Amino acid sequence: MRYLPLNTNDREKMLDVIGVDSIDDLFETVPKAARLDGIIDLPTHQTEQAVEQFFQRLSNKSTPAGSVPFFCGAGAYKHHIPATVDHLIQRSEFLTAYTPYQPEISQGTLQTLFEFQTQVALLTGMEVANASMYDGSTACAEAVVMAHRVGRGKKSKAILASGLHPHYAAATETLASTLSINIDKLACNIGTDANVIDRIDDDTACVVVQSPNVFGEIVDLRPIAEKAHAHKALLIAVFTEPVALAAITPPGEQGADIVVGEGQGLGVGLAFGGPHVGLFACRQKLVRQMPGRVCGETVDANGDRGYVLTLSTREQHIRREKATSNICTNSGLCCLAFTIHMSLLGDAGIQRLATLNHENACHLADVLDSIDGVSVENETFFNEFTVRLNKPAADVIQALADQGIIGGVPLSRLTPDGDANLLLVCATETSSKEDIAAFETALKEVLS
Amino acid sequence: MKTEGRTTAPVAATMTAVKTVSGSQALNQATSLIFETGTPRRTGIDFPEPKGTKSRLGGHDRQGEIGLPGLSEPETMRHYVRLSQKNYAIDLGVYPLGSCTMKHNPRLNEKIARMPGFADVHPLQPISTAQGALEVMSVLSHWLMTLCNMPAVALTPKAGAHGELCGMMAIRARLDHDGASHKRRVLVPESAHGTNPATAVQCGFTVDEIPANAGGRVDMDALRAKLDGQGKDSDIAGIMLTNPNTCGLFETDIIEIAELIHKAGGYFYCDGANFNALVGRVRPGDLGVDAMHINLHKTFSTPHGGGGPGSGPTVLSDALKAHAPVPYVVKTADGGFDLVETPDEKSFGRMCAFHGNMGMYTRALSYMMSHGSDGLKQATEDAVLNANYVQASLSDVMTTAFEGTCMHEALFDDRFLKDTGVETLDFAKAMIDEGYHPMTMYFPLVVHGAMLIEPTESESKGELDRFIRSMRSLAIRAKSGDIESFKQAPIYAPMRRLDETLAARKPVLRWTPPSE
Repeated sequence: MRYLPLNTNDREKMLDVIGVDSIDDLFETVPKAARLDGIIDLPTHQTEQAVEQFFQRLSNKSTPAGSVPFFCGAGAYKHHIPATVDHLIQRSEFLTAYTPYQPEISQGTLQTLFEFQTQVALLTGMEVANASMYDGSTACAEAVVMAHRVGRGKKSKAILASGLHPHYAAATETLASTLSINIDKLACNIGTDANVIDRIDDDTACVVVQSPNVFGEIVDLRPIAEKAHAHKALLIAVFTEPVALAAITPPGEQGADIVVGEGQGLGVGLAFGGPHVGLFACRQKLVRQMPGRVCGETVDANGDRGYVLTLSTREQHIRREKATSNICTNSGLCCLAFTIHMSLLGDAGIQRLATLNHENACHLADVLDSIDGVSVENETFFNEFTVRLNKPAADVIQALADQGIIGGVPLSRLTPDGDANLLLVCATETSSKEDIAAFETALKEVLS
Repeated sequence: MKTEGRTTAPVAATMTAVKTVSGSQALNQATSLIFETGTPRRTGIDFPEPKGTKSRLGGHDRQGEIGLPGLSEPETMRHYVRLSQKNYAIDLGVYPLGSCTMKHNPRLNEKIARMPGFADVHPLQPISTAQGALEVMSVLSHWLMTLCNMPAVALTPKAGAHGELCGMMAIRARLDHDGASHKRRVLVPESAHGTNPATAVQCGFTVDEIPANAGGRVDMDALRAKLDGQGKDSDIAGIMLTNPNTCGLFETDIIEIAELIHKAGGYFYCDGANFNALVGRVRPGDLGVDAMHINLHKTFSTPHGGGGPGSGPTVLSDALKAHAPVPYVVKTADGGFDLVETPDEKSFGRMCAFHGNMGMYTRALSYMMSHGSDGLKQATEDAVLNANYVQASLSDVMTTAFEGTCMHEALFDDRFLKDTGVETLDFAKAMIDEGYHPMTMYFPLVVHGAMLIEPTESESKGELDRFIRSMRSLAIRAKSGDIESFKQAPIYAPMRRLDETLAARKPVLRWTPPSE
């Protein structure tokens, strides 16, 4: 087996040193009833070539986003990833390192995390950020639990706005279900996010609002923040597309107390939904209630600047049952990809990237809106929006797929009781004029 | 005769340190923060010119600069390559972090994960266009269930702790379904990973600690005292037990523990962090386990990546499988695959957006198929052999925490350092100068000054012999009274010891411009 360095001769010598006769002696503490004879009924070892061929066959059975006109968003976004990003994250020193618990030999990872935290804080307009969560949805769930903690459990209610991604709402409900958090979820609807204002009361620990929301609509967070703060509740602002924050007023400038979202759109591929990277930012005064790892600046014994994981008294390996979260492993390598992509972009690049996304989405909206049986539902949007079709979106999407076009996400895929005729579509810098024209032609045919 | 430029022989080295102007030391390059470099408005990515389309942002346009520095591609490349060289890594040397299973990460897996049919597929594109990805999930599930002898697996948990949450949520859902909502007490051995009690509390349970016995295993008398006479009416919800435990020992009474907990109407959660000691030789399903997460980033070689991403598929018993989270893959009548994305009334719901970490599924399955059932068993045996070889080779100069052979990791305590003035931390830092990543230190908590060494199967005998030589010499040096070299260590790392107290007392968690 190519991955195992020991040979029979080594093994015998080592057993001698240990002072046992056979490898079986090392498994003597296993109860007899649970000891297996022989090997488990699964295929035996294969060559690298054979394994690669197996996966190549399976890979060929899926349709990659880059191979067809492609318009899906709704929480995961197809962007061009510079070759530099994928090269750097595959360097052994980043790829095959563990969590940086020994800072003297982990400054590469630690400084990157410090840069990541700074970039996330800048992008969201917040004061501090942590070193990542699993993804946007689990970051959202953890934010609600954190808000509950900030309210010392005296406030029970968490209000989820109507434009919150249904998977985010579901992940939050799951995590909250076992704690004394009362989830007040508004029905999934376009353009009704401001309805949360009327639900905020003194029992409200937090309000969770996504902008741009799952329908693509941009939500004014200011009046919601104002009402929340009047009742000593926290505003948790959510986003699923980080590129949008380069174009729209960041949540931190609109009064958000915690900002959580998905970072996949910068540097991380679609990967059928994971791994992605959860971004988590908050106000400085809340930092000791924040979940997850945090990297901080310090000096070494020479007085030179360096970085360490810090505030670990919040974390499970120190605090055990009193920890702010059970999270341990997060999304390290995806943070690195995000950080490198952000560094390559700079202010000029990310603003240009955002503009191109918006322009392509505007063009797509104009094209789709002109088709009989299609109407754009949004008043505002960044790079994704919602269209109403004259028939169920799921059927239309399947018919388009049969013609080699991946035309968006039916709302009913995310929430079975959602309006069946609504379709969520997205254009990014990767959507060409030709792709949009092909989409137009095919959609006209399917709807006629 | 002109001699300039000809080959020369060096003079004997007499100086050992020179203060450099740049702050660099040859290959160890000084590296400022990215925010302290660059030029405003510069970018490392070329884009086409915008067309000047009328905005539909509705007046929500972001005003002012974001504050990111502007760098060209070569500047960015150099910055991160320099940083990378300040990291220790498996590909560089022995990384014997106990309970972390730092094994070789095959690059075939990286190549496969990047195949466009997996890497460039959207989680919500039509099911008919994602069949290859779903088939990987289905085949992976089969391998995991077979290796564990368990009837179901939930793939979506994003890491080990998320898998613990999955298992404990399933237990809670089952208890609630059976009208046993009074069962809220979870037993957790004091040697458990910190994630165990944290998870139990996050699921709304209370934690009751069980002590370890003198042999490093669950104190059965204490456990029986807690469970004696406790039936279905008791408040016992279950137990969270790591096996092999964090002392590197197989819990010999595990079958009885499972029976006792089941008799009390509770369920058995097994922390699978140490599954690398068992694969192919012991199946958790044969031990009475009801739920166990599997760290694909430990046992099945997906890269740790400096702290993630991981993946924590959780196998479930017959008693719990109906309560599994969504989504999961099912086979269709025509030989294809479908995804169930909407929970029924028994499922405890959804843990995250989409379908879990596909990128880890491909890598782990590639690892499993490369080994095959024979290779997986051999890997387990080699991992256990390597740990015992290290333990046997060091036990005369260091102090093993418990008598007898170990499983895949060897636990030492700090008795051998008694009265030397050298502490476990100092010993660990001295290992850095020897070119090794330190072992896990001060964990498990049941042992004073713990040093937990997990070499994994990826180390050759030659590499282990060099490691053992270094460890022996350090132990002997510590006992010889040379405290200073330990207190000063590391000397050869990119940085000297860092001030963690300062970092926590005055947290600086981001860069801010000097003027602010």
